[in-house]
Amino acid sequence: MQNSAVVTINHLLKQFPVGGDYFTALKDVTLSFARGEFTGLVGPSGSGKTTLLNIIGGLDSPTEGTVDVLGKVLDNTSHGDRALLRRKHMGFIFQSYNLLPVYTVFENVELPLILNKVEEKEREKMVKEAVEWVGLTDKLNSRPAMLSGGECQRTAIARAIVHKPELILADEPTANLDAENSHHIMKIMTGLNRELSTSFIFATHDEKIMAYLRRIIHLDDGQISEDERIEHPQG
Amino acid sequence: MIKFLTKGILRDRSRSLIPVLVVTLTVAMIVFFQGFLTGILNSMFLDSAVVSTGHVKVTTRAYEEESQLLPNDLALLGSQQMMAELSGQYADHFWTPRITFGGLLDVPDEQGETRAQGPAVAFGLDLFSAGSRQIEIWELERRLVEGRLPAKPEEALLSSKLADRLGVRLGESVTFIGSTMHGAFTTFNFSVTGTFNLKMGPVDKNMMLVDISGARLALDMDDAASEILGYKNSLYYEDEEAVAMRTDYNLNHSDSTNIFSPTMLALRDANQMGMMVDFSMAAMAIMGAIFLIIVMIVLWNMGLMNGLRRYGEIGMRLAIGESKGQVFRSMIVESVIIGFIGTVIGTGIGLGLTYYMQEVGLDYSEALEGLTSTNIIMSNVFYAQVTPELFYIGFIPGVLATVLGTMLAGRAIYKREMAQLFKELET
Repeated sequence: MQNSAVVTINHLLKQFPVGGDYFTALKDVTLSFARGEFTGLVGPSGSGKTTLLNIIGGLDSPTEGTVDVLGKVLDNTSHGDRALLRRKHMGFIFQSYNLLPVYTVFENVELPLILNKVEEKEREKMVKEAVEWVGLTDKLNSRPAMLSGGECQRTAIARAIVHKPELILADEPTANLDAENSHHIMKIMTGLNRELSTSFIFATHDEKIMAYLRRIIHLDDGQISEDERIEHPQG
Repeated sequence: MIKFLTKGILRDRSRSLIPVLVVTLTVAMIVFFQGFLTGILNSMFLDSAVVSTGHVKVTTRAYEEESQLLPNDLALLGSQQMMAELSGQYADHFWTPRITFGGLLDVPDEQGETRAQGPAVAFGLDLFSAGSRQIEIWELERRLVEGRLPAKPEEALLSSKLADRLGVRLGESVTFIGSTMHGAFTTFNFSVTGTFNLKMGPVDKNMMLVDISGARLALDMDDAASEILGYKNSLYYEDEEAVAMRTDYNLNHSDSTNIFSPTMLALRDANQMGMMVDFSMAAMAIMGAIFLIIVMIVLWNMGLMNGLRRYGEIGMRLAIGESKGQVFRSMIVESVIIGFIGTVIGTGIGLGLTYYMQEVGLDYSEALEGLTSTNIIMSNVFYAQVTPELFYIGFIPGVLATVLGTMLAGRAIYKREMAQLFKELET
């Protein structure tokens, strides 16, 4: 993980069997993401952005090509090693938050630390810190049912960042939120990106997110149609 | 992680309370059902054993062949020595001599003329010997309707049905009219000290109970007995053991060329009892198995539904880096905890109910009292029975089926397409 690139993708091809044929989801994708990037994979539905996010997250394997994530070549690693990579070095943010309803904010955020076998006292400190970053200190003991959509997503962000991963993958994180909450969430994430140098990769077609991105990779029919760098994001 | 999971289990009622309740109820039902069936079966065997067959019994080959006629001229001689030998050889059984005899019972009036008369079947039991368990296994103290137990050889108990029919009152004398073991005519006066009701339908319709010493005096049967009955010390009939014992005894002691040689019979060898034993055991095994399968399907399904309900949660945990094995194992641990708690509570409740029915019983006297005759000796009251197996039988469905259901649901974790997680977690 000494490499300055957190993700390096070379000539990635991803095909899915459909009937007797194959559907090509990604074709000859070559990319790299540097540490601390705030990048969006943008494109219409079926353009391959979620597939690419899956492959970077080790949830799916490439048909051809190589994918190196945080110094690990994913096609050479077992499911267990990929799970370990996700657990230790990645964070995930989902469109539907996916918080565990019977646990409090504190406990939801604590889960990745428990999986990483962090000591209880250290866990408490780290959870409080993460919750403070997202501005939910007063909701530590609340359960998801008592939170608004924005607060749920902030809890999910805290859960994704609590173990200070190098890379956060977010799939449409603002899709279920109104404009105000979307901006609030994005501001939190840009702040984290700045303070912790955590790399963010979003899969989105939400204009509100795009305003905050410093790099936008346009995907069209499984291919990169444009790799755009933005010096001064509007957000 | 276990602490984290335990918190979840305790807070999520659909994951804890409801499954625990389902397991508890099903286990309680299984334990009670098993205890009740075992109780009925054992009580049926014990009733037959007490009144007629023993768990095993020794008699002469000739007596056995003519046993319907109560042929005491073919009875066992030297019964004391035989008792001592049997007690030494088969120490896990207790042995007791019995004389069964039939005749006429005559009730005289003040002038000594016959006031009433009727047939009677009498049992000479060992009521007086130290260590004899006859009063215990006949439950005579509980079944005494009025009066007291005999204390002398010439005292007798009459069944309340017989006493009513003959119009006998306590303290009155009745005269037994019959024949001795040598074929001579005999009359013998017994004083009635009490009446009893066995609550076994028509079995005790004409029954008189006396001590064997009285029967020996009446029938001139010194040191003789119609049969020597053996009972397992625990009073539980074990068919295989009884059959093996009978085979062993007959191989070593019975002489097929001598009609007076002793022969041992197991409870199943008595009239219709073999079929009854086989039928009862098969019926119980089949009913038990069907019930167990149904319960296992219910619990299996519960484990399955529980796994499916948490599909989203499992997906999230896989996505954030928990391995499939870890998720699977945590679900198994949860189901073991749920199954164990439910089984312990269910076993407690089941045992409580079984114990209650063991003490109180289910009385259906009215239905049986209507019968006039039967070959099968059966109690009027169904009692359940708390047996050692009831303490663990619930764990088979309670823990095993719950865990198997969860394991089946858990297979979905391994089959799950990780590449679909993001899509699945969108909803």
